[in-house]
Amino acid sequence: MGSEILLLDSWVSMFGMRVRIALAEKGIKYEYREEDLRSKSPLLLKMNPVHKKVPVLIHNGKPVSESLNAVQYIDETWKDISPLLPSDPYYRSQSRFWADFVDKKVYDAGRKIWTTKGKDQEKAKKEFVECLKVLEGELGDKPYFEGESFGYLDVALIGFYSWFYAYETCGNFSIEPECPKLIAWAKRCMEKESVSKSLAEPQKVYDLVLILREKFGID
Amino acid sequence: MAEEVKLIRTWSSPFALRIVWALKLKGIEFETVLEDLASKSPLLLQSNPVHKKVPVLVHNGKPVSESLVILEYIEETWKEKPLLPEDPYEKASSRFWAKFSDEKLLPSVWTVFISQGNKQEEALVPALENLQFIEEQLEGKKFFGGEKIGLLDLAIGWMADMVSVLEEVTGLKLIQEDKFPLLSAWIEIFADVPEIKESGAPREKLISKFQAIRDAYAATK
Repeated sequence: MGSEILLLDSWVSMFGMRVRIALAEKGIKYEYREEDLRSKSPLLLKMNPVHKKVPVLIHNGKPVSESLNAVQYIDETWKDISPLLPSDPYYRSQSRFWADFVDKKVYDAGRKIWTTKGKDQEKAKKEFVECLKVLEGELGDKPYFEGESFGYLDVALIGFYSWFYAYETCGNFSIEPECPKLIAWAKRCMEKESVSKSLAEPQKVYDLVLILREKFGID
Repeated sequence: MAEEVKLIRTWSSPFALRIVWALKLKGIEFETVLEDLASKSPLLLQSNPVHKKVPVLVHNGKPVSESLVILEYIEETWKEKPLLPEDPYEKASSRFWAKFSDEKLLPSVWTVFISQGNKQEEALVPALENLQFIEEQLEGKKFFGGEKIGLLDLAIGWMADMVSVLEEVTGLKLIQEDKFPLLSAWIEIFADVPEIKESGAPREKLISKFQAIRDAYAATK
């Protein structure tokens, strides 16, 4: 019996992108199901009753929620193909620490850029760039965060790259001059098919953000 | 080479306590470095420059921060007396609920205890909902880890200590035995595990601390 894998996701979610990339890296076939977050499916509500969020990975009927959790699950279940986390416990802890940093800092700071204006937006831009600079420091001169190979922390962060254009346009600023090494890293990641096929198109993300800004009455 | 394990922590941090428990359960010798968060030591600032928080585990000079990350590091470095199951799905489940405990359960319970009057009534709704989710996870189990203590027990272990202290300070019984029979039973057997029992912060000191915090919140109204 082939294993049955279903991914409940939203095309624009940088968290969903993580799971798509991990599955692609491992060459795993799965069914992608787009969720309308304004009208969540009974399956989503059943599989993730606690948070009611995407992405949810469903493997042989059993759900794994929270994107980093799902990525680790994929890495551990298909452990012989393209490992994402390093093998040494100390380096694993560093990858996990920084992935947690991305979740705690980058998402919120980025979100504030497109959901606010004026002074609040200026503050959010500053915070966002600061976070990226810290991450850039962590990257250093390595091709990927974990060194020579694409890995867990790259997976955790790269989805946000598809949102950079939206942040930059809403916030009227440019990320590359502030974080040139990070942008170079992002472009390097995009050369991988697993990444380029999993990320949303920046223009489409921006179009959606404009609709949401109007809906929330931000402009 | 001799192992050098240091744990930078405060006397009351529940996040640090879970690390103490993990180290003790695995029989790992370690040195405690107590921090005064009002005056952070150079060691702390050097070991956790990003968040400047406790706990930090320093193993042979290398620091690891964020308590759930530390727990996984301990699990992977000292493989005896495992805290996580082998099966990836069961592991994912433990991780999910550990995060839930930190991101939803603990904050919602905390909000109940620092609120007064109507605000407290409102805060009870999500707290009780979250407690119910956790209660269901104990179905058919002695510990969250099954027959033995696991990572999830350590992650939720703050309940064993803190909740009864908070209940005493506020006079509000949050975990009622008839509503949460499994959780109530778990709190008792968890607190009774020798490594857990010997590690708790002095109860009177915790009561004073939380009373002071609650008073401070009430005063800001």
